[in-house]
Amino acid sequence: MAETNEVLRLEKVSKRYNVGTPVEVEVLHDIDLSVQRGEFVAVIGPSGSGKSTLLNIIGLLDRPTRGKLYVEGHETSRLGDDAITRLRGHSIGFVFQYHYLISAFTALENVMMPLLAERGFPNDTMRARAHTLLDQLGLARWENNLANNMSGGQQQRVAIARALAMNPAIILADEPTGNLDTKSADQVFEMMREVNRRNGTTFLLVTHNLDIAQRCDRVVEVIDGRVREGKVAA
Amino acid sequence: MNKLVPFEWITALRFLKEGRMQTIFIVVAVAIGVAVIVFMSALLASLQANFLKRVLTSQPHIQLIPPDEVARVLRKPQEGEVAVAIVQRPVQRIRSIDQWQKVRSELTRWSEITNVSPSMSGSALGVRGAASRSIVVTGIDPNVYFNVVRIPDYLVAGQVRVLTDDILVGTELAKDLGVNVGEKIIVSSATGASRVLTVSGIFDLGNKSANQRSTFVALRTAQALFGLVGGVTSIDLTVTDPYEAETIAQRVQAVTGVEADSWIKTNAQFFTAVSAQQTSNTLIRVFVGLSVAFGIASVLVVSVIQRSKDIGILRAMGTSKEQILRVLLIQGGLLGFLGSLFGAVIGGGGLFFWHGYMRQADGSELFPLVLEPSLFAVAVLLAAVTGVAAAAVPALRAARLDPVVAIRG
Repeated sequence: MAETNEVLRLEKVSKRYNVGTPVEVEVLHDIDLSVQRGEFVAVIGPSGSGKSTLLNIIGLLDRPTRGKLYVEGHETSRLGDDAITRLRGHSIGFVFQYHYLISAFTALENVMMPLLAERGFPNDTMRARAHTLLDQLGLARWENNLANNMSGGQQQRVAIARALAMNPAIILADEPTGNLDTKSADQVFEMMREVNRRNGTTFLLVTHNLDIAQRCDRVVEVIDGRVREGKVAA
Repeated sequence: MNKLVPFEWITALRFLKEGRMQTIFIVVAVAIGVAVIVFMSALLASLQANFLKRVLTSQPHIQLIPPDEVARVLRKPQEGEVAVAIVQRPVQRIRSIDQWQKVRSELTRWSEITNVSPSMSGSALGVRGAASRSIVVTGIDPNVYFNVVRIPDYLVAGQVRVLTDDILVGTELAKDLGVNVGEKIIVSSATGASRVLTVSGIFDLGNKSANQRSTFVALRTAQALFGLVGGVTSIDLTVTDPYEAETIAQRVQAVTGVEADSWIKTNAQFFTAVSAQQTSNTLIRVFVGLSVAFGIASVLVVSVIQRSKDIGILRAMGTSKEQILRVLLIQGGLLGFLGSLFGAVIGGGGLFFWHGYMRQADGSELFPLVLEPSLFAVAVLLAAVTGVAAAAVPALRAARLDPVVAIRG
């Protein structure tokens, strides 16, 4: 069993694609990784090194071929689809490079979505929570805008608010600033750090930006499907 | 967001609202399909109901008559004898159905037969003063016969009283003989019997020759006139389902041994036309329904492809496969429902307009319009169900979308 303060643990996790075919390929090799509650971890590495696969496995969007994954103490390999969906909804929030807000909904409604999907019917508590989150991220003024009627930075901040809606233990952010100009990228990063400090939410942040990686608590480097811990060369 | 509306409905409605043009186009397509179905069904139902009513209220569904008399050669020619070269065709006398009371009580027990009406008819001469006309006298038991042939519906003067000395005559005959209600005519049969009868009512069957020749008297009066006391020449039946008349007739014939003719047989051409119409109507409905279904399915397939990222995000946020499935099914059902609602209005309205616009030469309506509310309800319901069914394939596809693939695009 994982330590109480450990929010995420990977034991000898491997991922193979096209198993049993001539083009079988192992993308991740025996990865061991442990992340403590409240850590702000940068995941770096060249393109094709397996960062996104690693993030998808941690995010319960994909399953490892071998090895064990513990999310908040739950061993996930034996969980069924429904249980995985529930655990993902509760424990993990996603922020992607492209915001991927649902354009048919307003900013507020987008933030309400994870809560709504879980509870089934909208209520005032959800609305209030979504409003608080947007307010914390400085977006209260735009909460009734349709997702498409906002700037890239604003949309990404809405996406962060949405990731926070279920108050998950872990937020996985796949190059959240990759598509933003320097100023917006900086704002978005600072916002995430702020959430991390205030709520103790664990962040795993995939980034190509070494400057941003340096400002994280810890850097995990993925190279050729293996993990190496270390400091970023300045 | 309304608090009473669940997540799946909110999402389905928003998706439809956002893809406005797509939604409008497919709703219009469904509406046109449903309008065609409603228009055609209501039109044909009205036409058929009208025809059927005319045909089936002026004749029995099944008529039992005694078998034709046939001449039998007394013995077969022996070896070396010449066979009879000419067999004279026998005359068909007015004859009673053998043991008709037994046949009647047997048929009364059949649940699919609603009325059993024995009657007696034959030719006679109607005379008043110097005028005489040949007529067909039908002796009836008014209590049951009027359930088979609705003379009261066609009455234009007097009343439908048929006592021993009463006679109901057609408008043309009344004119030819110069009689009014309450006046008397002499009816003489070929057997030489004659009675003086009082005209109790005058009817109009909508057909000149029928109005000239048809008359109705009490069964006993006819029996006395034709010298067949206690006999009847036919038993008229009505059945619960007129379209089953022929099979019932065949069974009646098999059980009773009396010749049974259904209206389907005696009006073969009419019936063929009616069933051909029904078949083509059904075919049109099926094919229009199919094209509506494929229209909805194709729009939703495209929508699933367009929204695969949204669906992936929803899945990543904890939405279950079943929820995604329901969102798509609701969209399909809503498209079918909305389209059919408009379609029912367009179809019904179109029919009213057409019915009001098309007139007979004298300005009267072509036929009475039969608009069953159930037709609209069924059309709308079926279209909604079709929409849900059509959405099944795209919905499964959406539910099976791998969020990783969907998000990465």
